[in-house]
Amino acid sequence: MTTVDTAAGRHALPDLTGHFGPYGGMYVPETLVTPLLELEAAYREAWSDEGYRNELAAQLRSYAGRPTELYLAERLTRHLGGARIYFKREDLLHTGAHKINNALGQALLAQRMGKTRVIAETGAGQHGIATASVCAKLGLECVIYMGAVDMERQALNVYRMRLSGAEVRGVQAGQRTLKEAINEAIRDWVTNVRSTHYVLGSALGAHPYPMMVRNFHKIIGEETRRQIQEAEGRLPDELIACVGGGSNAIGFFFDFLEEPDVRLVGVEAGGHGLSLGEHAARFEGGRLGVLQGCKTFILQNEEGQIGLTHSVSAGLDYAAIGPEHAYYRDCGRIQFAYATDRDALEAFRTCARLEGIIPALESSHALACVMKRAPEMDPDSLLVVNLSGRGDKDVQQASRLIEAGSGGES
Amino acid sequence: MDRIAETFERNKQNGKPCFVAYVCAGDPDFETSLEVCRTLLERGVDVLELGVPFSDPLADGLTNQLAAQRALENGMTSDRVFALVERIREFSQAPIVLYTYYNLVFARGEEAYVRRAREAGADGLLTLDLPPEEAEGLVRLSRENGLKNIFIIAPTTPEDRVRRIAESADGFLYYVSREGVTGVRADLADTLASGVAAIRRATPMPLVVGFGISTASQVRDVGALADGVVVGSALVNCIKDNLGDREAILAALRNKMDELLA
Repeated sequence: MTTVDTAAGRHALPDLTGHFGPYGGMYVPETLVTPLLELEAAYREAWSDEGYRNELAAQLRSYAGRPTELYLAERLTRHLGGARIYFKREDLLHTGAHKINNALGQALLAQRMGKTRVIAETGAGQHGIATASVCAKLGLECVIYMGAVDMERQALNVYRMRLSGAEVRGVQAGQRTLKEAINEAIRDWVTNVRSTHYVLGSALGAHPYPMMVRNFHKIIGEETRRQIQEAEGRLPDELIACVGGGSNAIGFFFDFLEEPDVRLVGVEAGGHGLSLGEHAARFEGGRLGVLQGCKTFILQNEEGQIGLTHSVSAGLDYAAIGPEHAYYRDCGRIQFAYATDRDALEAFRTCARLEGIIPALESSHALACVMKRAPEMDPDSLLVVNLSGRGDKDVQQASRLIEAGSGGES
Repeated sequence: MDRIAETFERNKQNGKPCFVAYVCAGDPDFETSLEVCRTLLERGVDVLELGVPFSDPLADGLTNQLAAQRALENGMTSDRVFALVERIREFSQAPIVLYTYYNLVFARGEEAYVRRAREAGADGLLTLDLPPEEAEGLVRLSRENGLKNIFIIAPTTPEDRVRRIAESADGFLYYVSREGVTGVRADLADTLASGVAAIRRATPMPLVVGFGISTASQVRDVGALADGVVVGSALVNCIKDNLGDREAILAALRNKMDELLA
C-alpha cells in the first residue's frame, strides 16, 4: 500500500532546499532568509553533536518526564468492542502536552546559538507554556504571542505562562487565533532577528522548521515502537493522531513510515461542518497555496485570501497543514479523516468516564476517530492513539459547551 | 516601453533621486484610492508602488495591515487592483509596481497573474515573501512578458547573496533600511550607508531604500545615498487620519508630499 521506497528516501526529506516533493520550501521576506539558513546550519551541527543530544535526552528525562507510558485502555476497548486500544501518554509530560519535546530542543539550540531572547506563538497555549517553562528554566527572556480569542478560551494557560515569567502579548488582528499569532511572531522575529530565536511550535512554516520540529518529536514514535513490541510482541495495525499543524502526528508516525502494514491516520478538525469558515480540515476543501513560509494545503478563497477557520479546539484551529503531511497524503502513506466539534466533545466525555483520563480537546479529535474505527477492527488488532495533551485547560470551555448541549450524549 | 529604466535614467541625469510612493490599492475604497494615486503623481511621485491587499501581510507593520484590512472590507480584490492600474494609466505613464504576497500570485497562476498585471499596465512586481530561490518560474515568466521582478535586500543579506539576488532582479533593487516590518520610524539605521555601499560593490542596478522613511530630512539623507527613496506608512497615515473625508485625505497627502519634497 505504501509508495515510500527506502530508508534513504525517508531520511532524505526534506531535500536540500527544504521541500517535501512540491510542498514546504522557504517563502519568507528576505530579512529572514539568511537567519533561517544560519538556523538550519546550527541545528544540523547540534543534532550531530553528541554533547547536545545527551543534554537534550537528559532534560527530556528529568525535566519533561520521558519516556511516556503506553497505556492499554481496557474499558474503552471493551466499550467499543473491537481493536485493543493503547494510549501513548504524551499528556503526562511536564506542562501537559507533547509540545515540550520541541520547546526543549529549540531552547537548548537558541542558547547554543547565543540568543538571549525567545519568542513563540501559541494557539491552545500548550506550546506557549512549554516554551515559557523551558525559558524560565534556562533563564531566557520569553515573549508569547497569542490571539485574543484564544486567550479567552484558554485563560488558565495564559496565567500559567505569566507565572513562569513570560510576557504574553494578545493579538487583535483578523480572527484573533493561531494564524494571527504566527503573523505577529514573524513580525517580531523580522525586527529582532539578531538577538532572538523564534521557537515555532508546529511542523509548519519555512524550512528548517518542519524538519526540525519533526525530529524533536520523532521520539514519540520511537518509544511507541519499543513499548508495543514489549507489550504485544508486534507492531500495531493502526496509529491515529490529531493534526493541526501536525507536530504530534508526524512525531508519532515518523518511525512507522516504512512499515507498510501499519496504517497511519491523521484527524483534522471538522468544526461545525465543511463549509469555508466553519472548520479547519485542510484536506476537505483546502487548496495548494503558500502561507507563513511554506507551500501546502490551505483553506482560502478563490483569489488566495486565507479563509477563516473554526474549531472547538484552539490547537487545531488553523488554515494550513504541515507540508510533510501533504506529501505523505499524496503518497497514500498517511490517510486523513476529520472529527467535528460534537464528535470531539463526545470522545472527551467518554474517555474521561471510562478511563479517568481527561484528554485535551485536540487529542479528543483523534479519540473521536478511534471511536469510529475501533469497532470496525478485529478484536486482536492493535490501535494506538497519540494522547498528545491533557484536558485540564479545556475543562471550563468543555463544561460550558456540554451544558449548552453541543456535546451530544455518550 | 521600459518605464522603470527611463524614469531612473531621467532622474539620474537630473541629479534627483526617484521618489517612490507606497499606498495600498483600494484604501479606503476604490474611487478614493484612484484620487490618492492621482494626487501623489501630480505632486511629484516618480514611481508608484501599489500594495495588493492580502489577508495575512506578515511583512507589514500595523499601519499597512490596517490599510489592507480597510481595502478588503470595502471589496478590493486582485481584479479590482488591476482595474485600478488601468484607470491610472488613463492619466499617467509613471512606473507602477505591485507590492504583493505570493499566495495571491500562486492562486491565480503565475502566468495568468503576470499577463494580467502587464496587460493592465503594471511595470513591476515585488513579492514580499518570495525569495529568488523560490521565484525561478515567476522570474522567467515575467521576463517573457516584460514585467520586472523587484527583489528586496535586507541588512541581514550577505554580499555574495546580493549578487545572487541581482541576477534574478529586474528594474531596480529595494534595500530595506533595517530589520523589521514596514512603518514610520524616528531615525535611520546607522548601518544604512555601509549597507548601500556593499550593494553598490555587488551590482550596478538602480537601488531604492525604504521601510521607516517618513520625514523630509530622511528623504534627503537617503536620496543622497540611493537612486530612490520609498515612503509608505507616512502617506498611508494621511489616509487613516482622515477616513470618511476624501477631500481631507487628498489635502493631507498634498501637504505631506510638499513637506517631504521641500
